[in-house]
Amino acid sequence: MDFSFLSQPAFSGGGTYLDWVISGIKWTLLVSILAWIIAFTIGSVLGVLRTTRVAWLRTPATAYVELFRNVPLLVQMFIWYFVVPEILPKALGTWMKQGMPMPEFWSAVLALGFYTASRVAEQVRSGIQSIPAGQTQAALATGLTMPQVYRHLLLPMGYRIVIPPLTSEFLTIFKNSSVALTIGVLEMTAQARTISEYTFRTFEIFSLATVVYVLITLAVTVLMEFVERHVRVPGYIGTGK
Amino acid sequence: MSMIEFKNISKWYGSFQVLKDCSTHIDKGEVVVVCGPSGSGKSTLIKCVNGLEPFQQGELIVNGQSVGDKTTNLPQLRAKIGMVFQHFELFPHMNVTANLNLAQVKVLGRSVDEATAKSQMLLNRVGMIDHAHKFPGQLSGGQQQRIAIARGLAMDPVAMLFDEPTSALDPEMINEVLDVMVELAQEGMTMMCVTHEMGFARKVAHRVIFMDKGEIVEDAPKADFFGTPRSERAQQFLSKILHH
Repeated sequence: MDFSFLSQPAFSGGGTYLDWVISGIKWTLLVSILAWIIAFTIGSVLGVLRTTRVAWLRTPATAYVELFRNVPLLVQMFIWYFVVPEILPKALGTWMKQGMPMPEFWSAVLALGFYTASRVAEQVRSGIQSIPAGQTQAALATGLTMPQVYRHLLLPMGYRIVIPPLTSEFLTIFKNSSVALTIGVLEMTAQARTISEYTFRTFEIFSLATVVYVLITLAVTVLMEFVERHVRVPGYIGTGK
Repeated sequence: MSMIEFKNISKWYGSFQVLKDCSTHIDKGEVVVVCGPSGSGKSTLIKCVNGLEPFQQGELIVNGQSVGDKTTNLPQLRAKIGMVFQHFELFPHMNVTANLNLAQVKVLGRSVDEATAKSQMLLNRVGMIDHAHKFPGQLSGGQQQRIAIARGLAMDPVAMLFDEPTSALDPEMINEVLDVMVELAQEGMTMMCVTHEMGFARKVAHRVIFMDKGEIVEDAPKADFFGTPRSERAQQFLSKILHH
């Protein structure tokens, strides 16, 4: 393997191919982290709504989950980029296409965020529903209201229980962010493809891309392990200690 | 004066009737033991008292308030009635003191210092003060149940409900929990206890209620119940559980 091409001047833009790689990493991180913020926030709200006994809160949340998790991510990416501006009011649609900075970037963030939210919602729901009904009864019996039971019992325990699958979801969002290349976001995979076309160093650049993704996801894994250790409940089943 | 009064309570799960026209009362300062075979509706009956189980027919008055009335503020009513469950149901992510403080602070509006003082007083009383900073998962069943009783008492309840408090315990831990309950009864706490501990019933109960198939079959003063139970079903039940 010969990585000397990285320091060569790139075909355009004035920098080296290494600069292209760094720029790819930057956009991969930006798309993924912003999408995760959306996914975690909306997913948590939807997950909670899906556990309530109030039908008019639960049904729309169920509909959201079934819609967004059942359409391929690639299709959703295209819909946010190509279709949404057309079905919005004309002025807003035109602004999205012409006035809004970085339309492909924001479309990718929204597509990935709203798609992943449906998956986070299911995990939050499963966490809450895995808590025995007796716990809720005991909390209600002390005079707490249902919102207080969520705040002080169901959410703190529910999130703890689903940290492992949520970690996987957080890792998946970095890998899924590569789909954004289809609507023109120059993230890591897109940059690797471009560099490969200009330098014919296909093997090297995709090996590098692989290492970059693995390093990012390992960093996330370490972070989440820290979180898991930090919130571990002493003596609780399933914590392994 | 009745602290808890059941008037013709009936409850159905779908078409299956779990409570059939149950009427009884628990007076202030009275200790009433509810027993009966499994599936007889004892737990369902006791959970009606603080509205954890809804019922479809009849009226239930607790501390002067109607539980079934939609205008009744259930959280406020529940705050005055302590409840102890078969599986303890302490909150696993909070240490013992935090378990006792939570509702004191969030429901009664006590300051954390006030709540902690109260919690420590009660933990001392149930012999658990040395474990105040431990988590429920680090304690035995008997210890957890004593803490659960302290959690109920921390709200200064007017009555305590016990739903099979010793059924999930190892035999050697039953007495440490019963001792706390006996002490409570002797201090004059109003108590409704679903339990099969007939020794406890003999010692402190004023009345014993026997249920079978959703009905209150027998509702008698302790002496009568253990002396000459009138129903054949209660006699059978007693002979089964007393000879083991």
